[in-house]
Amino acid sequence: MVGIPSRHKSLVLLVGVILLQVLLLAVQIKKDAQGRLIRVWTVGAVSPFERAGAYGVGHIRNTWNHYFALQNTSRDNEQLRKENDALKMQLAQLQGKAAEADRLAALLNFRKSHQEVPMLSARVIGASADSASQTIYMDRGERDGIRKNMGVITADGVVGKVIEAFANTSQVLLLTDKDSGVGAMLADSRIQSPVGGTGEPLLAMKYVANDDTVKAGERVVTSGMDRIFPRDLPVGTVAEVKAGNPFKQIRIRPAANLERLEEVIVLLTLRPLEMKRDSAVVVAPAAAPAAVTP
Amino acid sequence: MNDGYDFHSAETHIEVHKFRTGAIVVATALALLIQAASPIYFSKAAILDLPLLITIYFGLSRRNPSTGLLLGMVIGLLQDSLSGPTVPLGLYGIAKTVIGYLASSIGARLDTEHPAARFALTGLFFFVHQGVIVLTQRLLLAQPEAWLTMRLVIAASVNAVVAIFLFHLLDRLRKR
Repeated sequence: MVGIPSRHKSLVLLVGVILLQVLLLAVQIKKDAQGRLIRVWTVGAVSPFERAGAYGVGHIRNTWNHYFALQNTSRDNEQLRKENDALKMQLAQLQGKAAEADRLAALLNFRKSHQEVPMLSARVIGASADSASQTIYMDRGERDGIRKNMGVITADGVVGKVIEAFANTSQVLLLTDKDSGVGAMLADSRIQSPVGGTGEPLLAMKYVANDDTVKAGERVVTSGMDRIFPRDLPVGTVAEVKAGNPFKQIRIRPAANLERLEEVIVLLTLRPLEMKRDSAVVVAPAAAPAAVTP
Repeated sequence: MNDGYDFHSAETHIEVHKFRTGAIVVATALALLIQAASPIYFSKAAILDLPLLITIYFGLSRRNPSTGLLLGMVIGLLQDSLSGPTVPLGLYGIAKTVIGYLASSIGARLDTEHPAARFALTGLFFFVHQGVIVLTQRLLLAQPEAWLTMRLVIAASVNAVVAIFLFHLLDRLRKR
């Protein structure tokens, strides 16, 4: 048998390793499996650090703002300036707390107004490790009752759905992901069409006929047809409308701030949801945002 | 007569760098952790591919194609694991295996210590990395992704700039 020259060994190894991974890909496609065990191990190993990081960053930020930043300002040696800075600092702190209180109050209001739907609040602790997929990790998992395909929202609107539930952590596919979608309709005309992600900040509403009238600024809400989200939750607003072939090209700006999520609500049910319409609360999220059920 | 370039004589002056114990593991873990956590606080951070930069750096420094490609494979598979289920295990694994191999092969032939060389190589590797991903998506996953976009060009430039500073930082982990 002819031996492999040592200078070619790494090349042979390269080919072997790539073939193995191609095989791994093929197995996943064939069985529609996603290598859950490897993911469970990796997420299990990383999530404690992410969880600690999410809580730690807040403390570090506070320490930095309230200690080092003050130390810098004290170098000015001007009492008035110091007082001014201290007041500004307090104001920022209070504004931050007020914003947080608003957010939590909004979540609470939202939860109260939809008591028929079991919900659980969760903190966002991580995001996808690649730019090709739009996902986040939450600090709640199977032990908290979270299961695959549960809907995730904020008081502002739809966020996405759970695609993987681990013991203490779960992964959410954001609406902006290319593979994401939600049953939606235009709030005024009630024209129904799914809204999906494009991998970019704006969403796309896919199947609205060119004859239908759609105006920029029009609200888009859930239709309930996907059997994950109840009707009339805000999805977004129409940002851009163009004629297309065969359907209109409609871009939607998400109602929830998907680029800066801190707390979310998980709809703890896998049964099709049908809520009583309460448009004053549901469709106008600014008047009714978030909640917390620790 | 041999007019060809003698790689072996060119390699003789190139130093193979060793690192402090655990440096590669810690750097890799930190890169993955930061990659997964930073977009929450700063959404634009998603443009960075720290695991790729780590693969390139250790490939260029260790200059051993076998360890380079294995390190690339491990980093890539871990990145796949931390990505959405829409990213199958192996997508980034294959791309980073190729990059680990190329980086260590080039590192064994060229002096890659100069910031300009690091900038150029990182930019180049970023395109190759993306090319392998798109190729895999098109051939194996039937996902017709674009080969070249403006975002890719910007991402390659940003990562190449970050690489200059990151590699300088990682140089401190070398054994003297």
